[in-house]
Order: sequence, then structure tokens, then C-alpha cells
Amino acid sequence: MISEDLSLLLPEIVLAVYAMAALMYGVYTGKDRTMPLLTWVTAAVFAALAFWIGITGPGTHTAFNGMFIDDGFSRFVKVTVLLSGAAVLVMAQDYMVRRGLARFEYPVLVALAVVGMMVMVSAGDLMSLYMGLELQSLALYVVASLRRDSAKSTEAGLKYFVLGALSSGILLYGASLTYGFAGTTEFKGILSTIHGGHMSLGLLFGLVFLISGLAFKISAVPFHMWTPDVYEGAPTPVTAFFATAPKVAAMSLIARLLFDAFGTAPADWSQILAVLAVLSMFLGAFGAIGQTDIKRLMAYSSIAHMGYALVGLSSGTQFGVESMLMYMVIYATTNVGVFAFILSMERDGRQITDLASLNNFAAKEPLKALAILILMFSLAGVPPTVGFFAKFYVLRAAIEANMTWLAVLAVISSVIGAYYYLRIVYYMYFGQETEGLDTGTMNIVPWIMLMGTAVIMLVGIVNLFGVEGLAHAAAATLVP
Amino acid sequence: MTVAAFVFYLFAIVTVASGVLVTIARNPVHSVLWLILAFLSAAGLFVMAGAEFVAMLLIIVYVGAVAVLFLFVVMMLDVDFSQLRAEMVRYMPLAILIGVVLLVEFGMLYGNWHSAPQAEALRQAVTPDLAQVQNTKALGLLLYDRYVFLFMLAALVLLVAMIGAILLTLRHRRDVKRQNVLAQMWRDPAKAMELKDVKPGQGL
Repeated sequence: MISEDLSLLLPEIVLAVYAMAALMYGVYTGKDRTMPLLTWVTAAVFAALAFWIGITGPGTHTAFNGMFIDDGFSRFVKVTVLLSGAAVLVMAQDYMVRRGLARFEYPVLVALAVVGMMVMVSAGDLMSLYMGLELQSLALYVVASLRRDSAKSTEAGLKYFVLGALSSGILLYGASLTYGFAGTTEFKGILSTIHGGHMSLGLLFGLVFLISGLAFKISAVPFHMWTPDVYEGAPTPVTAFFATAPKVAAMSLIARLLFDAFGTAPADWSQILAVLAVLSMFLGAFGAIGQTDIKRLMAYSSIAHMGYALVGLSSGTQFGVESMLMYMVIYATTNVGVFAFILSMERDGRQITDLASLNNFAAKEPLKALAILILMFSLAGVPPTVGFFAKFYVLRAAIEANMTWLAVLAVISSVIGAYYYLRIVYYMYFGQETEGLDTGTMNIVPWIMLMGTAVIMLVGIVNLFGVEGLAHAAAATLVP
Repeated sequence: MTVAAFVFYLFAIVTVASGVLVTIARNPVHSVLWLILAFLSAAGLFVMAGAEFVAMLLIIVYVGAVAVLFLFVVMMLDVDFSQLRAEMVRYMPLAILIGVVLLVEFGMLYGNWHSAPQAEALRQAVTPDLAQVQNTKALGLLLYDRYVFLFMLAALVLLVAMIGAILLTLRHRRDVKRQNVLAQMWRDPAKAMELKDVKPGQGL
């Protein structure tokens, strides 16, 4: 019994053991000098695990009395998380060495955070959900203040930690209310106490607190306050990581919780998600307009994007989950490209994140400017880029679930949001002649990431690289 | 009122009152002392509920280790709490408003609270039969057998906490001389000292 359970958990165990071995290797050999090697090996392990999970046969298995679920949905998300984590690690390696951030603990902590994310998306019980979430969050708090001598970085870490601890408290309170009502923390058990498509008051309170706690993690409005400060204060490679894998994992965790534990009463939670979605989309769109720092701008952009993903989820249908998964995959891919560029933004050898520094960038580096143009169009959802299809699918999900009002609001907010994405493009192509960025500072790996994602955004419109079919199969295992 | 009910209310009131005093005490050291009282009376409540093992754990681990550690930290940190408190007072009206709204909502919730009909059965399903085993053994069975997955995850969380604490605070100072034990032990006593015959009136 225990051996079967453990064999199901093998990818997580391999990654955790690897993290510990890497830690030992780093401590007993070259300390921080081993950081480049460890980063590449960690990324290779991520990629290998993604391949392994990807070729795992179909079927739904549970382990540890239903606390751990291995199904198509969790495998899809795990592959996404692992690949985006690997991409962010390798593209930032050179930056971290140059900026004196080469701490060998960084790849180890990222690996442990990814273990947490893998547990999160496979959670079948409120307790394993919480443990996975804490494992992930705690590692993220630490890497947020990686530049420990900078006041901004430590402030980011502390802010993230305090608000994260508060959200964990809210989440736990919701879990205890749910347990008080249902008498069990297992998703299947909670589902069995819901009758007739309506939740009892106690369960509803528990659900609201659970969603609030998780909304902190995906930075949905009104639980978004930490996002701009943390994105700005944390070192850029860490920000790039924050904007990709943890968001995918937390969004999938919400889907897992809502459908597995509260799936028979979608009417009760879809309105909560719809409100969160509308607020996030509009605050993200309006908040970004006044920003002059590209990292803060990306923070607001991520708030808005979480809103769109929630639109898909709030439809409460199988297609809604499918559209959410596709949205998150496309969002993570685009962000890898954008942050690969942000990492290379420097003037006189110093990192610079001011938007005005992009002035006239297209005249100096036309190819990179073109790639950024495509990525910004994709983030804004302008056809013919993949980002358009991401928005198109979530809107279709909302309309098919008879939530046309939500779709209309999403379109309005995306038009407002397009302003600040296009403003970046405007600066690059038509900006005044001012002191701009250094040219030729980009290392080969981030360059490949930037160009690769830009090409994906264009070529992907042919068949979305088959992600659609995979997302469909994944959503089908979560919502029968 | 029975003795049990009296003791329950006594512990409950002390717990809540000391909890409030933790947050409003002027001196942070007093706050920690109030916290210890809150832990102790909570331990009393656990005994009343028949969870004697958890009660002892609370006293040994929380009062004995955690609270004492808190006390050390608070005494060593030089933080001006009165300044922090002034900040707090500024936001107090908003905090009270939110608190009152939440309190009213919870009042409504607990006013017509009822558990699911099958909640009791679901709750019993995981617990070992208490007629067969005692509390401590039952806890062990749950923690190390049924929930071993969570136990392992908790270990990983602690590992992350440890790495984080070292990563964020450890500084290797290069300007201090460190003791090298091996170098000291392998030193040859014969070569450690050199005898010089200084002639009178010449010096070295």
C-alpha cells in the first residue's frame, strides 16, 4: 500500500531528494561558485521531470487515502509549472552572476517551491493543499528578499511574508469552518455533504474564506495590494519566477478546490469568482496606466490577467477550466519572453526598469523591439497573436455559461489595458531621442527566450501547438 | 453550575482576556508573559476536552520553548514599540469597522449553525476506536501512518525555513581570525618555540 502510494508520488520525491542533494553539494564544495552549475542542473531536472510526467499514461490515481490525486489535470499543470520554472531559471542565471546575486541556495529554493506547487495541484484534501501552499510560499518569501542588503528587496520579502501569513490564516480559518460543517477535510467528503446544488451557510462561509486566502496568492483584487511592491522590490529574476509558475499553480489549485470539493454547487461560487474577475481586470487596467516602472507595470498586468483567467473559471463549466488552463499557459509563456527582455535592460552596466529608457529603442535594436512588440500585442490580446486566442477562449466560456455581461466587461477592460501595452510599443518606435538603453547587453539564453516566445506568439495561431487538445483532456479529468 | 462548567468558563475567560492583553500591553515583555498565560489556560481547556497529550505538548513546546524564545527575541530587539503603536492608532477606526462587520457576520453564522448530517460519521471514520487505544497512541497512528504524507511535507517546510534563515542572515566575516583546530593540533611542539642565547650587552 505504502509502496504504491510512494510510487505515485515519485516525481515529487525525486525533485525533493534532488533539492537536498544539490544543497549538500553546494554547501560542501564551492558554495556560491556552484550556482551556475546548480541552476543548469536544476533546470535540466525540471525538464526531465516534465518529460517524465508528460509521458505518464492516462488515468486517475489517488494516494495516501485520497490526499494526493494524480490525474490528467494535475499532470498538465505540473508540466507547465516545471517547464516555465526551468525557463526562468536558465534565462536569469547570467544576470544573477553579474549582479552579485549568485547564491547557490536560489536554485535549491526554487526546486523546493516547485515541489510545493506540484503538491498543490495534486491536492485532494484541505490539509495537503495547505502544506503544498506553505512549502511554495515560504520558499518564495525567502527568494523575494534574496538581495538582503537592499532595503527594497527586504521590504518586498517582509511585505510578502506578512500578507502571505495573513492570507494563510484566512485560508486556515476557512478550512476549519469547512471541517466544522462537513466533518472532513477530504475534497470527496466535502462534496458528499452538498445536496441539491446549494451549500449550507457554514460551508459557504468556509468557501468564501478559502477563496479569499487563495485570491491573495494569485493577487486577485481586493487581495492584490502586495503585488506591485513585491514585483518591484524583488530581484528581477525572482519577479520573473513570481509572475509565471506560482500563478499557474495557484490558479489551478483554485480550480481543483472548487470543482473537486464544491463542484456540485457552481452557482454559489461562480458569482464570487466573477466579482473577483471584474475587479481584477479593471484595477489591473487602470492601475497600470500611471506606472513608470516596467516591473510595477507587469505587476498590474498580472493582476489584470488573473482576472481574465478567473473569467474562464467562473463559468463553472468544463470548457471554462479548459480556457483557464490555456490562458495560464499562454500567459506564462508570454511573461517568460517579456522578463527575458526586462532582465537585459541596463544602462552603463546598471539595471534600469524605467519605462522612459525604452525611448527610441527600435532604432537601435530593431529585432528585439519587434519581438517586444509581438509580445505586448499578445499580452494586450491583439489578433493575430496567440494572446488573442487566450482571451477569445475565456470570453467564449463566459458567453456559453450565459454570463454575457462578464464577457462584455472583460472586453472593455482589455481595451483599456491595451493602452499601456501599446504605450511601451509607442515609446520604442516613436519615443523622443533621449538617453536610452545600452545595446548588445543581452546574453544568448535570454535572447533565445525572447525571440522564441515572440515566434511562438505568431506561429502558435496555426494550431496553438496542440495545447488546446491537451488542455481539453486535462479539463475533462477535472470536470467530467 | 457544575464544577466542570465553572472551570471551563474560568479558563475560557482567562484565555480571551490574556489574548487581548497580548495585543494591548504597553511593554512587549509583558505581552509575551500574557501570551504564556494564554497558552497555559488553553492547555487547561485541552485537558477539559480530554486531549491531555495536546495539553502537555502545549505547555512543554509552546510555553517551555517557543514563548521563552520569544522572550529572548523581544528583549534583544531594540524596537521602539510606542512609535509603532502610534501608527496603529491612526488606522484603528478602519480596523474597528472591519472587525465589527466581521463580528456581526459571524454572529449571524453561529446563530444558525448546523453541521452536515453525515459530519459526525465522517469525523469518526478516520479516528481509531478510542475504546481500543488511548489518545496518544491514536494521535501517533494518525500522524505517522494515515497522515505520513503531510508529516513529510511539514519536514520539507521546516527545511525551507532553515535554508531561508541561513540564506538571509549568515554572513561570513573575513576580518576576524578563526580558530583552526587541526592546525593547532598538528603543530610540532619542538618547532613551536625557539631558544636564543642572548649575549649580555648585545641584544638581538
